Amino acid sequence: MVEAKAAVEKVFRQESGRIIATLIRLAGSFDLAEEAMQEAFASALTTWPEKGIPDNPGAWITAVAHRKLIDHGRRERTRREKQDPLLYETPSVQQPEAEALFEPVAMNYPDDRLRLIFTCCHPALNQEAQVALTLRTLGGLTTPEIARAFLLPEPTLAQRLVRAKRKIQDAHIPYEVPPISQLPERLASVQSVIYLVFNEGYSATAGDSLIRRELCAEAIRVGRTLCELLPGEAENLGLLALMLLQDSRRDARTDKEGSLVPLEDQDRSLWDQERIREGMDLVTRALSMRGVGPYQLQAAIAALHAEAKTPPETDWEQIAALYRELLRMTPSPVIALNYAVAIAMGEGLEKGLAEIDRVGESGELADYHLFHAARADILRRLKRHEESAAAYREAIRLATNQVEKDYLQGRLDQLSQH
Amino acid sequence: MRYMLLIYTKEDEKAKRTREEVEKDMNGHWAVMEETRARGILEAAEPLFPTSSATTVRHQLCKAIVTDGPFAETKEQLAGYYILDCKDLDEAISWAAKLPTACGGGFGCVEIRPIQGVPARIQAVAASPQYSG
Repeated sequence: MVEAKAAVEKVFRQESGRIIATLIRLAGSFDLAEEAMQEAFASALTTWPEKGIPDNPGAWITAVAHRKLIDHGRRERTRREKQDPLLYETPSVQQPEAEALFEPVAMNYPDDRLRLIFTCCHPALNQEAQVALTLRTLGGLTTPEIARAFLLPEPTLAQRLVRAKRKIQDAHIPYEVPPISQLPERLASVQSVIYLVFNEGYSATAGDSLIRRELCAEAIRVGRTLCELLPGEAENLGLLALMLLQDSRRDARTDKEGSLVPLEDQDRSLWDQERIREGMDLVTRALSMRGVGPYQLQAAIAALHAEAKTPPETDWEQIAALYRELLRMTPSPVIALNYAVAIAMGEGLEKGLAEIDRVGESGELADYHLFHAARADILRRLKRHEESAAAYREAIRLATNQVEKDYLQGRLDQLSQH
Repeated sequence: MRYMLLIYTKEDEKAKRTREEVEKDMNGHWAVMEETRARGILEAAEPLFPTSSATTVRHQLCKAIVTDGPFAETKEQLAGYYILDCKDLDEAISWAAKLPTACGGGFGCVEIRPIQGVPARIQAVAASPQYSG
């Protein structure tokens, strides 16, 4: 009994994304597919303890849910025939395909997850909806889990999901992998959803830390799936590498009290070597393929940090060069700021400070706390304590996250002791 | 699935176009109309007179109030529409992208709305002779 329940949970964890992807294709509806899958998992809970766990539990669930869809299709047809035939001509739900296709349940379902990813991240849906839908279907997270992770009231998130599913249905957003001509653009939208989920989990904002860890794990899992499905796209590998390398520092980023520990002060023995190895392999592989992109460059930067056994061993010159390339590819003041910091660390603090002030001239970063924090840090290293303190105070004023505020305050307090 | 492609443009900027630009726009529309007609998916496509010719009717206390002008003063105004029968939203998007206002002008956009379809009973009423004359 316990064993069967554990098996059901395991199948749900590992295979629900794949199962729901197939069911959505068969049903032509997200809602029907979800319902059928839930019923199939419920059947598993009652059947498996008696009859034993099937050889291929995922296929068993898919087949049972498939049968439920067929039954539902039959009932629906009967109901419609009995109804006033004049009432509605347009069917509300796309009918399952020909009945013949449904009969003997084939145990071999093709992998439909790629369709599912592209539909969930279709540009006709807003990004919030894309994120929610991806986590709900592909990730198998429950609505309350997603709501908690994004610090949103549950009804807000539920509403978001309902609206997204309704738009897919009403506007006929296709359940297909886009043609090659549209692939780069559409893939970029998928990658940015995955990275957004990762960052939501990674950024040290308030909230349930367990759920946030889960979000990172989920983003990495979906990133892996994307690599598995489209291994020829270098940016897919770059994105996965970037997430793995960032995640490798997870345990070193905060101390026991939950305070932020900057890269320089982290206990590098806490870095997850397995993640680093995997991330580095992926970066190397990606860079040897055609099509360098922003994720690969960021991953390469993360790899250089990961490679350094001590902070002084960091190859800042190479990092600055990569930021320069990244800046050329996707110009943004935030990347320019990172470039300036790399210059400060590699080529000299004065030069870096001049670079930072040049970035600041546009005024675009005036309200960005990390701009002031970076400036404060360089001024501190230059022992220009008063200017540094002023910059820290500005950064604290602008920071919204308490963990970051505390960290900056700590720095400021240290300064005044000098 | 039928989609209505609603073309919105900035009328004042549209009025400033040169003769060549107007012609280029029209040619763009002709091309889309011909191509969609050849594929049998064009149901309708028409330009509208500018909003200076618009009249808005609102109901207030069971009375129809008639006012001059469009329903709302917006930056961009409805200038014309297409009705196309497409396989899915992606196909509708690809046609919208071909419309001159979406790709060339920079002063317009195309809103795509799936058409819901009329319940059968109303269709039957509309088709009966006493309402069609």
